[in-house]
Amino acid sequence: MDWSPLLISMKTSLSATACALSLGILAAWGIRGLGGRLKAILDVLFTLPMILPPTVLGFGLLLLLGRNGPIGRAFLSIGVRIVFSWGATVIAATVVAFPLVYRTVRASFEQIDSAILNAARTLGLSERSIFCRIMVPMSLPGIVAGAVLAFARALGEFGATLMVAGNIPGRTSTIPIAIYFASEGGDDGRALAWVLIIVAISFTVILAMNWAGGRGRR
Amino acid sequence: MSVDMEFVKRLGDFTLSVSLRAGNERIGILGASGSGKSMTLKCVAGIETPDEGRISIDGVTVYDSARGIDLRPQRRRAGYLFQNYALFPSMTVAQNIGIAARGANARERAGIVADAVRRLGLEGLERALPARLSGGQQQRTALARILVSDPAILMLDEPFSALDAHLRSRMERELSERVEAFGGTVFFVSHSRDEVYRVCDRIAVIDGGRIDGAVGKRELFDNPRTVNAAILSGCKNVARARKAGDRMVFVPDWNLTLETAASVGRDMAWVGIRSHHIRHPARGETVNCFTFAVERRSAAPFSVTEYLIAPYEGTPKPVALCRERTIEENAPEGDRRAYCVPPEKILLLCD
Repeated sequence: MDWSPLLISMKTSLSATACALSLGILAAWGIRGLGGRLKAILDVLFTLPMILPPTVLGFGLLLLLGRNGPIGRAFLSIGVRIVFSWGATVIAATVVAFPLVYRTVRASFEQIDSAILNAARTLGLSERSIFCRIMVPMSLPGIVAGAVLAFARALGEFGATLMVAGNIPGRTSTIPIAIYFASEGGDDGRALAWVLIIVAISFTVILAMNWAGGRGRR
Repeated sequence: MSVDMEFVKRLGDFTLSVSLRAGNERIGILGASGSGKSMTLKCVAGIETPDEGRISIDGVTVYDSARGIDLRPQRRRAGYLFQNYALFPSMTVAQNIGIAARGANARERAGIVADAVRRLGLEGLERALPARLSGGQQQRTALARILVSDPAILMLDEPFSALDAHLRSRMERELSERVEAFGGTVFFVSHSRDEVYRVCDRIAVIDGGRIDGAVGKRELFDNPRTVNAAILSGCKNVARARKAGDRMVFVPDWNLTLETAASVGRDMAWVGIRSHHIRHPARGETVNCFTFAVERRSAAPFSVTEYLIAPYEGTPKPVALCRERTIEENAPEGDRRAYCVPPEKILLLCD
């Protein structure tokens, strides 16, 4: 049996989790200082990928990253093709996982007593060091929860990935895509094997999350 | 060191208007809860921005709406002790203190922290997390952290409200000593007149969203000028009054015409009588002496409050005056008693 889908899925999910985590935390931090309408609009935009069908995201990404898209064309001019590469699987998974990190971390940041942040300011701490040394440590349980959710979501990503990365065995064929094509091609045994593997991984992830959550509360 | 502020801050239909100057002294800001006391401190610290005016700390203009100056809190050197102390929960006591020692290298920092820990009596707690500390220890940690940050002024926001009653008097004494040692301008916000009186030199009363300078604390208690200042200073008997002569007022609510020691000013609209100033008349004394009906008595552990109704006939029943006496005072039971209000104790108040 070809184990490459497992490797690709793990590599993609871990990379996408790292990307979504950094972007999500920064977005949650950046939106704090904004006020009123801009904040409301950005909040909706950052959450939208969670609600939209993956095909809409895939289509949108193709418009941006494809041969005629603004970003795709810029990269093509330096000889890099984004769509139908391994990188595209990471981009697709990052986009769908991002809102989960953003919302969990934003909620954690909002829980912090504003007196603590104001005290830090009157003590002379810069906004950056308040972020790194106070907000992030205080929000660690939320950040971990966001990361686990992001990993789980990235692992299960199918629709957008198929549209922007396709099914290239050994490069972009993740477990969910391998299951779909195995089942389509009548290879039920193979599909079932991958199904069992991904159920086992997901089971472990949720178990780990509950365990970490229990520890965080204690 | 000094602070000079003159600003207006609007919050919905509430307007806070502050005019206050302070030197190297402890200024109490006395007001009911929700009167804008904390907001005043937040404007000085730069956490909130006033709508107009100016604030200078130690000669440095930190806010001036006309000149477009609004320094960030980081650059105002205004030490702020929050009501709940606002310690960083993920850091130990030593880390909480050390993080405020900016610009120091690791070795200097360790020395500064050790020194602050010793001065504030936090030895042995260096590695404890704030959640493990008692209220008093949290307050000392917060104060150590502020002092390490080298503030130009200190602002204490209801520092005892989070403490148990039996801890309060000890913490108050400790904090008083440390605040005295600080030597610079200190603002102390409280709704308790006793606390403010014990800790501060001068007191500013916040009255209908206005702070209009500070007065010596004795003056506030002996001679409050406005009705609100009298109430905040603990005066229990306050009523509207009319001028009835050069040294004479009529109080409709109490149905009493009272002689006063000071001449009655044009803007006098209220009078106040402290409950412990109503006393037994001396032999032959007649000025401001009346026979009151004792409506009811209520006993506290060490004092008794009597509710006194002045004589009346054909008028609606007057509002009761309250008189406080210690339980030791020998007062026969009985529902009619002669009492006297000394003219020099009557507070003449304006709106």
